Amino acid sequence: MTAGLESPRRRQLLAAAGSLTMVFAVKPAWAQDETPMNKGKLPGSLEKEPWLDAWIRIDADNRITVFTGKAELGQGIKTALLQVAAEELLVAPGRITLVTADTARTPNEGYTAGSHSMQDSGTALRHAAAQVRQILGELAARRFGIGAPAVTVRDGVFQAPDGRRASYGELLAGQQLHLRCNPAIPVRAPEGHTVAGKPLQRIDIPAKVTGGVAYVQDLRLPNMVHGRVVRPPTPGARLLDVDTAAVARLPGVLKVVRDGRFLAVIADGEYRAVKAAAALAKATRWDTPATLPADTRPAPMVRAWPAKPYPILERGVPGSAGRTLAAMYSKPFQLHASIGPSCAVAQLVNGQYTVWTHSQGVYPLRDALSELLGADKATIRCIHTEGSGCYGHNAADDVAADAALLARAFPGRPVRVQWMREDENGWEPFGPAMLTSARATLDGAGKIVDWQYDVWSPPHNTRPGKAGNLLAATHLDKPFKPDTPTPSPQPEGSGDRNAIPYYVLPNARVVHQFQDTIPLRSSALRSLGAYCNVFSIESFMDELAHAANVDPVAFRLRNLADPRAIDVVRAAAKKFGWDSYKNTPRRGRGFAFARYKNLAAFCAIALEVEVARDTGMVRITRAVAAVDCGEVVNPDGVRNQIEGGIIQSASWTLLERIRFDERRILTRDWAQYPILRFNQVPERLEVEIIDRPGQPFLGTGEASQGPTGAAIANAIADACGLRLRDLPLDRARLRAGR
Amino acid sequence: MTTYHLRVNGRDHAVDTDPDTPLLYVLRNDLQLNGAKFGCGLGQCGACTVTLGGEAVMSCLVPVSVVGNRAVGTVEGLGTAKAPGVLQQAFIAEQAAQCGYCIAGMMMRAESLLAKNPKPTDAQIRQHMMPNLCRCGTHMRILRAVRRAADALPAKGGKA
Repeated sequence: MTAGLESPRRRQLLAAAGSLTMVFAVKPAWAQDETPMNKGKLPGSLEKEPWLDAWIRIDADNRITVFTGKAELGQGIKTALLQVAAEELLVAPGRITLVTADTARTPNEGYTAGSHSMQDSGTALRHAAAQVRQILGELAARRFGIGAPAVTVRDGVFQAPDGRRASYGELLAGQQLHLRCNPAIPVRAPEGHTVAGKPLQRIDIPAKVTGGVAYVQDLRLPNMVHGRVVRPPTPGARLLDVDTAAVARLPGVLKVVRDGRFLAVIADGEYRAVKAAAALAKATRWDTPATLPADTRPAPMVRAWPAKPYPILERGVPGSAGRTLAAMYSKPFQLHASIGPSCAVAQLVNGQYTVWTHSQGVYPLRDALSELLGADKATIRCIHTEGSGCYGHNAADDVAADAALLARAFPGRPVRVQWMREDENGWEPFGPAMLTSARATLDGAGKIVDWQYDVWSPPHNTRPGKAGNLLAATHLDKPFKPDTPTPSPQPEGSGDRNAIPYYVLPNARVVHQFQDTIPLRSSALRSLGAYCNVFSIESFMDELAHAANVDPVAFRLRNLADPRAIDVVRAAAKKFGWDSYKNTPRRGRGFAFARYKNLAAFCAIALEVEVARDTGMVRITRAVAAVDCGEVVNPDGVRNQIEGGIIQSASWTLLERIRFDERRILTRDWAQYPILRFNQVPERLEVEIIDRPGQPFLGTGEASQGPTGAAIANAIADACGLRLRDLPLDRARLRAGR
Repeated sequence: MTTYHLRVNGRDHAVDTDPDTPLLYVLRNDLQLNGAKFGCGLGQCGACTVTLGGEAVMSCLVPVSVVGNRAVGTVEGLGTAKAPGVLQQAFIAEQAAQCGYCIAGMMMRAESLLAKNPKPTDAQIRQHMMPNLCRCGTHMRILRAVRRAADALPAKGGKA
């Protein structure tokens, strides 16, 4: 692999120069001046990158390359984007080469996060591809000397009624369409789709089941060496002294690096690096002051941190008369807990850095590395290379920084760094602990006439962009300070994501109590605050339904107005058999609904649990989800994401909690931080998709996280009368009854 | 450094390495086999699962010096992307992966079951797969894929 450092902008300029040589006898309809013709907002990521040839390039030999700034995280985005592009280009998906996030090659689409990829990149590609296909059609008609409607196309080749043929590549003859996208050009009608909206097997799975090179962990570059970092034993530890000499003499050790409390080894073999790092850790002495909270119970711990209130909803008037209920809910710190610890490969050759990374944002990472290394951005190329699933901002960026620092210390050779399990569990940015307070008033008819909700939350977004958001940068002798976190604005929000109920509430106030100074690093974990907010709101809705003596599904329907929300609630209830359900001993059912971010996918979940109070064991016997994520591109991909979300959320809900004492993180391995195993996954899990052809893509990846947690809590309450409001709903709480 | 003779996926290899090196690192780095993955190095997650003398083992815990003449099996031995084996076909058919990092380990765990018990019950599959962790929540598909592979195998068993 070589590290070409040509920027997309420069490539476009070159392409623009090339396109000037395109000569047409008559100015074609699509020809346009360099001045933007579309003053309005462009769809999806076209707003950031409007040039067609930044998205789609066709070579003279008819090879088609599609570029996206989004990255494959295991969510199947490559396949879905390929389907979108293939549908509009009218070629078989297998004909297209898809290039994902790479600062030298692809558009800058920021982060692959927030269930945004289909909205951002899918929408952009759909419009760009539609325009490319139309332009090519006109070129073909011109070449054949006939009207465009008479030209037919099949798999990238046009044909005239008399049999003459011209491929896309022949028509462009090596030129690229350096034009601004015109979103007014129509996309194909959904009813005519042959690729989008149909199941297509994921393109990445064959390599993953046969041992192909599928991950950054699998990169094996010539002359590659292996680095391991020795982290401090506690977040607040100060390095007193370290004896590096003995470690430097160990077999295979090429270099020992120390910069402040950033300590690392580089060795000629991976396991030699592992052993040398262990030896280096033993050769250190640290002062470990108590910097973490003494009371680690989530609710009092979170409540004690200073908070700045951000009112995000003030509607109607407070104080309506009726019966008032109040409850508080909490969530502990939780891990992303990738199965594969984070990994990166970096090399510095002739002043040029190349970093292979599973970061969710190669461009923001490049900015941060530029600051960290004191190197011009133009000298750094970040190439997304798939890693183990991340589920948000895990240690992907941090390990890229480690690798880049070690590449700087050991120039010329590629340096591969993979974190150890205890590093991943101890140092990844944690999903924040949160606390919520809900209060509502029901009138005599069981209607919600007043609503007050507060959510206290540390930051959910401390992603890089700045060097100080990279772990190693904060450990250097001259440390970089983390950026001051700010809450993301509504309607998407961060800690307050989904803090506003999707129900019709005439009188409601919601406050985000933002906490930017906490003693642990926290950041985005799949769905951000939505998991805890939906857990809280949907648990509370059940409590209100119970108080109003109304069936929980009927109570929700009574308070919903959006027909698409009503459809998913009804669909989940029907598929589950809610109305005909009969309680059996130790078993109960639970329901929950949310529209992710109040503007994305609709998801309702009904499930049954079996509760053993004596052992505290909760087993999900059956779960049903109904989801509306707008127009569906890959139905099986949607199912896979919703299924996975349900099981992961069940794991968070039933088991997961980061534990620590006043000094150190204790949950450093899978024994201390158990996740759901095969014995606890549902016996049956069904996903019903409500497809909405022609409607905007809404994303899928995070839709089921919140509803699953609440549905489990509601089912436990139904099974045994125990209302649990503090996550996780683990065996200890089940046994203790609180 | 010591030279070790290993039989992996039916082929013999000579490897020069330190005696305490776990089999996982030998497979990945010396033999350049990507299937087995580093997950925890503690024998807790199963991402590194391979078969050793037909038994599923966590290769992160097995020093190369104790392998001896027992046959080592990795996911590469089950087939290729062009000619996938029965288990691989089943995992593809069920689309039983999200990120897929755990999947090669899952398949080798399943392989060790099907080699002994080609017609396991669903409960036996679940029980057998217990040691291996998946974080994406692909469990239902993994179970279906193992079921599908079992159904596709002859009753007397055969190479999955």
